[in-house]
Amino acid sequence: MVDAAPLIEFREVAKIYGKGEAEVRALDGASFKIETGEFVAIMGPSGSGKSTAMNLIGCLDSPTSGEYLFHGVPVASLDREQRALLRRNYLGFVFQGYNLLARASALENVELPLIYKGVGRAERKQRALDALSKVGLKGREHHTPSELSGGQQQRVAIARALIGNPDVILADEPTGNLDTKMSREIMDLLCGLNDNEGMTIIMVTHEEDMAEYAHRLIWMVDGKVERDGKPTGGGGKR
Amino acid sequence: MIWETIRLAVQAIFRNTMRSVLTVLGIVIGVAAVIAMVTVGEGSSSQVTADVEKLGTNILMVMPGGMDQGPGTQSVAKAFKLKDVEAIIDQIGSVDTAAPYAQTSMTAIFGPESTTTQVVGTDNRYLDAVDWPLVMGRQFLSTEETSGRAVCIIGETVRQKLFGNTNPVGETIRLSSLTCEVVGLLEAKGASSFGTDQDDVIGLPIKTFQRRISGNSDVAMMFVSVQDGKSTDRAKTDIEALMRERRRISEGEDDDFTVMDMKQIAAMLSGITNVLTGLLSAVAAVSLLVGGIGIMNIMLVSVTERTREIGIRLAVGAQSGQVLMQFLVEAIVLSVIGGLIGIVLGLMLAIFASNLMAIPFAPNPAVVGGAFLFSAVVGVIFGYFPARRAARLDPIEALRHQ
Repeated sequence: MVDAAPLIEFREVAKIYGKGEAEVRALDGASFKIETGEFVAIMGPSGSGKSTAMNLIGCLDSPTSGEYLFHGVPVASLDREQRALLRRNYLGFVFQGYNLLARASALENVELPLIYKGVGRAERKQRALDALSKVGLKGREHHTPSELSGGQQQRVAIARALIGNPDVILADEPTGNLDTKMSREIMDLLCGLNDNEGMTIIMVTHEEDMAEYAHRLIWMVDGKVERDGKPTGGGGKR
Repeated sequence: MIWETIRLAVQAIFRNTMRSVLTVLGIVIGVAAVIAMVTVGEGSSSQVTADVEKLGTNILMVMPGGMDQGPGTQSVAKAFKLKDVEAIIDQIGSVDTAAPYAQTSMTAIFGPESTTTQVVGTDNRYLDAVDWPLVMGRQFLSTEETSGRAVCIIGETVRQKLFGNTNPVGETIRLSSLTCEVVGLLEAKGASSFGTDQDDVIGLPIKTFQRRISGNSDVAMMFVSVQDGKSTDRAKTDIEALMRERRRISEGEDDDFTVMDMKQIAAMLSGITNVLTGLLSAVAAVSLLVGGIGIMNIMLVSVTERTREIGIRLAVGAQSGQVLMQFLVEAIVLSVIGGLIGIVLGLMLAIFASNLMAIPFAPNPAVVGGAFLFSAVVGVIFGYFPARRAARLDPIEALRHQ
């Protein structure tokens, strides 16, 4: 990889759902760059395209037009299976709804990405235990999601995102289902990863409070980037 | 990697016990039903064949009534006489012996006991031809046969009903107005393939039967035994020619009698059991189909949950091929488990039923394999194809699936 290229670059990216009269422009020519080590919050009113942008960054969805470069590589040039490899090796996801396997234990959920990486059983288990203790879930390895609180489930999800040593963590409304206290714990955890390990974090949120944890705020309206700079409060929550 | 996949599939199966049990149940019932039905059917079919062959493959039966009228339609065709029996013995070289046979249903009485049974008029040659030994007493004396004396030989069932376990030889029983002395007891033969009790029988000399019971000189049927090493087909042709002559059937007219050999009878009887087996198998096949539909329903119902699961797996970096392999292996493992349980259960049912019906246990590997394969195919199709659809979605659509 040429390090001159930014980690993530959007050039006039558009995503259009439906056709003709029913056409919805979820993203309508959004452009921005994100460098390694940043903690970026993406905000905007509902329907502004912030979640769509996140799904495109995560290669969970494909843009209608425009260009998305990851480490300078145009993602559109990758096929389905290569995009899966990109997710596997460079991206970690944290979702609003946690998206854990309901019938698997915390440990098995965290191990999941390593199975697809072809990591052996013993190493997989050790690394999953380490990741779980890093997010403060030591002793809860064998609980299933239904036996954990929302905050704990989100920690499991963060451990799962971390375990493959990704270049960036993509967090889509990570505190959307949590109360204030739990939200603060999750945000502290993410900030710690950013501060101590230089982990790049991109987070979509609609809560001003949460955006204050980030270095940089991308404000979106109607599928376009309207403002890109410091959070309103200057990122004072850190 | 394949072991890892199998291990994960087994893990997933046990993690969702209820769904797995319901899926497997459909396969188990379908496979077990088909195997049990077909095995029992084939067992009874081979039992029939064996029974007929026990009578001797060198036996021919001559009955009045043409083939097209159906054998045994005596009312239309003229009955045989004792002279026909003698003619066959005298004029056909390849014949070992021949015996007359006539029967009717009557009530036999001894003291306070009575039983309704088959009364057969015949002679010693019949017992020799079908190889039916006595366990007590003696066969008819030739004087008894020629003079038509009132003596009889009884079967084991008749003895049990009238005499219990005591020795019946020398006792006298009553058949309507006829009082006759028991001179012999036949060896027990058990039930025939169609469940009729072969030991529920009383044998009289044919002349006694004609004079005292039927009141005519008819012979309903003749048993002919062909000498060892002589062609039964040849003997059959000879008998047909002789009977046409004796019954004055002119050239061009159809026979008004039928000569059947045991091979034909065996073929006819196993034809009947084959039809039954076919019917049972059809019922079983329907249950296999219903089992398949059950599998399909469970798989389709679980597709929502599974679609999200697929979305999660794709998001953490699984390639669609890996996801599909997992689902395929899961479906195969489930089907194999279900199929094996079904085979064991089906064979156990078949053994149980075979014992109950006293028929041989005749498992057919082709049917066992076929039922197993069918269930596996159904399991794989309905487990795999919904998963394939989901794995081809964009991950975000799979994740959003409600």
